[in-house]
This record gives sequence, structure tokens and C-alpha cells, in this order.
Amino acid sequence: MGGRVRYPGLDNLGGIRMSKSNEPIWWSLFAAGGVVSAIFIPIFIVITGLILPSSLTGEEAFAFERIHEAAAHPIVRLLVFCLIVFPLFTFAHRFRSILADVGLMKIRPVISVFCYGFAIFGTIITAVVLWNLS
Amino acid sequence: MKSYVRRYPNTWWLNKSSYFFFMVREFTSIFVAGYCVFLVYFIYKLSQGPDAYYALIEALKSPLSIALHVIVFIFAVYHSITWFKLTPKIMILRIGEEQIPSFLISGANFFAWVVVSAILAWIISVV
Repeated sequence: MGGRVRYPGLDNLGGIRMSKSNEPIWWSLFAAGGVVSAIFIPIFIVITGLILPSSLTGEEAFAFERIHEAAAHPIVRLLVFCLIVFPLFTFAHRFRSILADVGLMKIRPVISVFCYGFAIFGTIITAVVLWNLS
Repeated sequence: MKSYVRRYPNTWWLNKSSYFFFMVREFTSIFVAGYCVFLVYFIYKLSQGPDAYYALIEALKSPLSIALHVIVFIFAVYHSITWFKLTPKIMILRIGEEQIPSFLISGANFFAWVVVSAILAWIISVV
């Protein structure tokens, strides 16, 4: 797999003429999301998809009061924010590449704006939802 | 000056299994992001009070929800495995002149993954 196919013109983000120093920001968010998704997401899927519906550890584990109290804690809210937001940027970064890889190279600026725009929008929504949880 | 653009068919990733699995790896991000959207929805329902929350809990018990979770889980784990295998390629550690072998770095990641998962499952699911 040559880098040529994977990241054609990476230094020129989405065809938009931006300073070359922009890419590290997006790449850092992508990498942070990669780590967060890799380590934390699978177990959350197991919890909401298996442990919770099967009541494996008892009904009281997922009682409203218990989950609400834990999730409303400021530090937990911050952690949940990171858990949700960083993977959105991994998605933005990779989805942008997928579309370019399957032949939408020519509309790269639109794709970049759409993908990163989605991630930024998701970040704002997540912040608002977590802020209102109390 | 016109830059050279190499032409390749849009289905290039179907021509070789390694290209195909590369594409699968990239697609995992869609499933993980979808799950993150669900997490936001979960928090939203939690903020709406007990009735909304328990309605969601009931929905999570439906076969459709469980089937979706299984699909997303497979892709999420595929992301984890490929990510940990990539880590030593990005993170090159040395002790003196000796480069730490990649299997140790990957291994440490896999180990941390299992430990963190067990701890989280315990804290969240066990009263």
C-alpha cells in the first residue's frame, strides 16, 4: 500500500489551501480517537449490548439513580465527553479518506468540510447534552 | 506546473485481500462513530428522567438492538486489533541501542486493553 494511494496530497488538506501546519491538529485528534476507540469502546458495547439487556449482574446495576448519579459527576462527564468526541474525529479523518479512495478525489474540499464539520457539530451536541445532565 | 495524479479504478481495493482488509479497517470508524452517537442519545435520555431512561433500557433488550450491538462489536474489535498492531510501527521505543521488539509494544497494548475492559465492566455493571 503506497502512501500515494492512501493519502494523496495530504499536506494540502482537502484541496483547501491552508497552512501546512493544519494537518497535525486533525491527525492528533484522529490518533486520540483511535486510541480511545480501541481501548474503551468495545467494553461499552458489551455493557449496553449484552450485560445490560441480559441483566447479567442484576437489575439494580442499571437503576436510573445509580447510573444518573455516576454519569452526572463532573469528572465522569469529562471522561464521557472524551470517549464520544475523539472517535468522531477518527471517523471524520478516515471517512474523508474512504471517499477519496473510492473516486471522489475531485470534491475533496466539500468532503473535508462535511466530515470535519460533522465531528465538530457532534462535539458541540455532546457538550450540550452532557452539560444539561444534572 | 501540473502535478501528476496517478489514475486507478475506484474498485482498486477489491483487487487484493490486503487492500480489502485495509478498507474494512477504515470502515470500522463508521460503526464506532455510530455507537458514539448512540452514547450521546443514551446520555440525553438519562437527562430526561427515569421514564425516558427506562424506555431506552427496554429498547436495548430488543433483538434488533442486540443484533446491532453484535455487528458494531465485531467492527470495534477489528479496529482495536488493527490499532494495537499498528502502534509499534508509529511508536518506536529504544533502550540504549536496542529497539524494543514490536510484539512487546503490541502485547502491552493488548494487555492494557483487557485489564481496562475488565475494570470498567466491573465498576459499571456490578453494584
